Amino acid sequence: MNLIRPYGDTTGDGMVQLSFTLPIEHSKVAEGAAVQLANKMGMDPALIVHAKAMGDGFTFFVVYGRVNHLVDPSTVEVVERDYPLLTPKEANAAIKRSLRRRLVVVGGCIGTDAHTVGIDAILNIKGFAGEKGLEYYRELKVVNLGAQVSVPQLVEAAREEKADAVLVSQVVTQRDAHLLNTREMSAAFREAYPAAKRPLLVVGGPRFDETMADELGVDRVFSRGTTPGEVASFIVHRLAGARPTSKEKAS
Amino acid sequence: MAARRRPSQLGIEAADVRRARTLARQVGKPIVDLAQRHTTVSVERATLRLAGLGGADPDGTPWVNRLTDVVRADVGLEHGVSLPVWDALVRGEGDDVLTLAQKAAAGSVTFRVPEGRDATRARAASRRAVAAGIKRIDRQRVARERMIARVGDAPSKPWIYLIVATGDIHEDIPQAQAAAREGADVIAVIRSTGQSLLDFVPEGATREGFAGTYATQENFRLMRAALDETSKELGRYVRLTNYASGLCMPEIAALAGLERLDMMLNDSMYGILFRDINPIRTFVDQRFSRQVHARAGIIINTGEDNYLTTADAVEAAHTVTTSQLLNEYFAKEAGLEDWQLGLGHAFEIDPEVPDSFRLELAHAMLARELFPDAPLKWMPPTRHMTGDIFKGYLLDGFFNLVGAMTGQGILLVGMMTEAVVTPWISDRDLALQNVRYVMNAAGNLHEDFHPSPDGFIARRAREVLGEAIGLLQEIKDDSDAAGDPPLLAAIADGTFGLMKRPADKGKGLDGVARKAEDYYNPASDILEGP
Repeated sequence: MNLIRPYGDTTGDGMVQLSFTLPIEHSKVAEGAAVQLANKMGMDPALIVHAKAMGDGFTFFVVYGRVNHLVDPSTVEVVERDYPLLTPKEANAAIKRSLRRRLVVVGGCIGTDAHTVGIDAILNIKGFAGEKGLEYYRELKVVNLGAQVSVPQLVEAAREEKADAVLVSQVVTQRDAHLLNTREMSAAFREAYPAAKRPLLVVGGPRFDETMADELGVDRVFSRGTTPGEVASFIVHRLAGARPTSKEKAS
Repeated sequence: MAARRRPSQLGIEAADVRRARTLARQVGKPIVDLAQRHTTVSVERATLRLAGLGGADPDGTPWVNRLTDVVRADVGLEHGVSLPVWDALVRGEGDDVLTLAQKAAAGSVTFRVPEGRDATRARAASRRAVAAGIKRIDRQRVARERMIARVGDAPSKPWIYLIVATGDIHEDIPQAQAAAREGADVIAVIRSTGQSLLDFVPEGATREGFAGTYATQENFRLMRAALDETSKELGRYVRLTNYASGLCMPEIAALAGLERLDMMLNDSMYGILFRDINPIRTFVDQRFSRQVHARAGIIINTGEDNYLTTADAVEAAHTVTTSQLLNEYFAKEAGLEDWQLGLGHAFEIDPEVPDSFRLELAHAMLARELFPDAPLKWMPPTRHMTGDIFKGYLLDGFFNLVGAMTGQGILLVGMMTEAVVTPWISDRDLALQNVRYVMNAAGNLHEDFHPSPDGFIARRAREVLGEAIGLLQEIKDDSDAAGDPPLLAAIADGTFGLMKRPADKGKGLDGVARKAEDYYNPASDILEGP
């Protein structure tokens, strides 16, 4: 048990900051209402450090205050990485050893999403966060379909390329489009392939919850900050039974 | 104009600028020739819209689509729809073009391509009908000029450009009016995601959209009327922006002219690269839509910022310059003037890169020097907005500072919550405070700031221009097996934004036809006429 509380400048001070807008003209009453909200949220004392009228009938507040809540990190549930991180060299060696051919990855942004930032960061040789993208891996054949790929197009391309893994990126989240699109995509693959032949389905984007893989019908969900190396390692782990030849990197 | 006479602050040789423009013309001209040899379903539908055909059947399919489809099935698209349609009207198949469209949809009209005197009559009748629509566009242009003269214009440059995007036009209107009261000079109504891939323009006021609101004639009319009210209230004309892009680019341009929109997003290659629309379709549609914009006095905004959302903003800086030069060539060829060219560029360099601010300044100053009389459109950081709103606010401040120092004409206000949420009321207010602080504190800094001719900024600007000239030369020398214009071959190779788009692929290709000898389009006739 290691209970903790927020830290401002002194251990145990419990200080947090908060900003919000109330639909009310700026006045002393408005400031009182803001304190009331902060109190109800568990901030006590709550200090209004900034209040400003914004447009007609709205006031913006910045509040600093102390919360009494404690949090217990030992009860937090997260998806821990359950596969070893491989260097590109190790990944290539593992594919060569177990598949004896190049592993085919097909990727794209499905639906109307035109934001290729995510899929490009993972697939393009340029990569992300100092790691080269999947195109850099000699034993990976990468087919990047780009933006606004329809689900049928994706399935067709996966068949045509004999994809081992399908990577889908979703950035637009308006009205949960990313979740709806992902479910449609996984359903289409289940329909188009017998269970044993279905390519590995991997979906990623900044607003995904990594615990939702089962619910979305995919094999893995990657959230913000995922690097190409992590994606490559996961794919190789699942499809080529990789074992790191060197000591596993920390983190 | 003063900027043009002033010697280059960046040590750029006038001969290099001339060479860049010559290359842009050499690359662009074959594309213009190609566009002149083809028509598209959307160009033809836009022509029908200018002739007054609006509305949709009970299933929501616009009458312009129904009529064009029937004409195409009967006689093909290669003659244009005007001759067959007005021939049928002259023959008494319908009292007006709407009745004709309804009868055609019911299968009770057969179209033919008229010849001889019949063709002459049909041509004259179609020209009269379309001239009425173009006259309406002319009147709207005059109405805009009058209103600006009466209520006043935006008080200073850059124009502050804010976005609304609720999906519901009746929600957009109060938001747009509020944004104008808070200081916006330009309101852009973002379109519903995916509208660019619809091969028809939806009809009526719409209340359901994804991440934006459908562009429809009625939505345009409602928003413009609301902003006219707000303009009078505020004593300054608030401009309205929408998107002439995607498969219906020419039709949306026509509707924008008819409903007095003021600015339209219209890029020469965006649809090809980012929406996978067929290149020929795009260039044909784009030329027509720009001719309409030229006539309507609409300012176009080009989309160079998009290249930097997929490619590295330092490595790809010259692709922005190259695209600006091509956009300028295509725009001027279509009749647009300098004041109508909101050429795009963006603040997208990774803030971790050493000297990133100096690089941004170099790129922005280069654009300013190359296009001294164009109201450049300056787009805020998106790619490196990480969700750390505090850092993002600082980044937006530096973006605004470059805008202030380089005399941008249109400044899209950056939101610290970019990539987090659609902007909250507080986000917009904070963003506007950021802009005002910077403009107030440093708006005249350009008077004192002169980069050293051999310094980092001037050298970088010259380097980017040099790379752009190199790229244009490379495009000019490109070729493919089919003998396409070099720019098409270059687009197919993945020269821009790293996306490969062959000329015989992409959406909307089936809506392209090579013009026959007797092709006639009254709109082109009037728009290209003396």
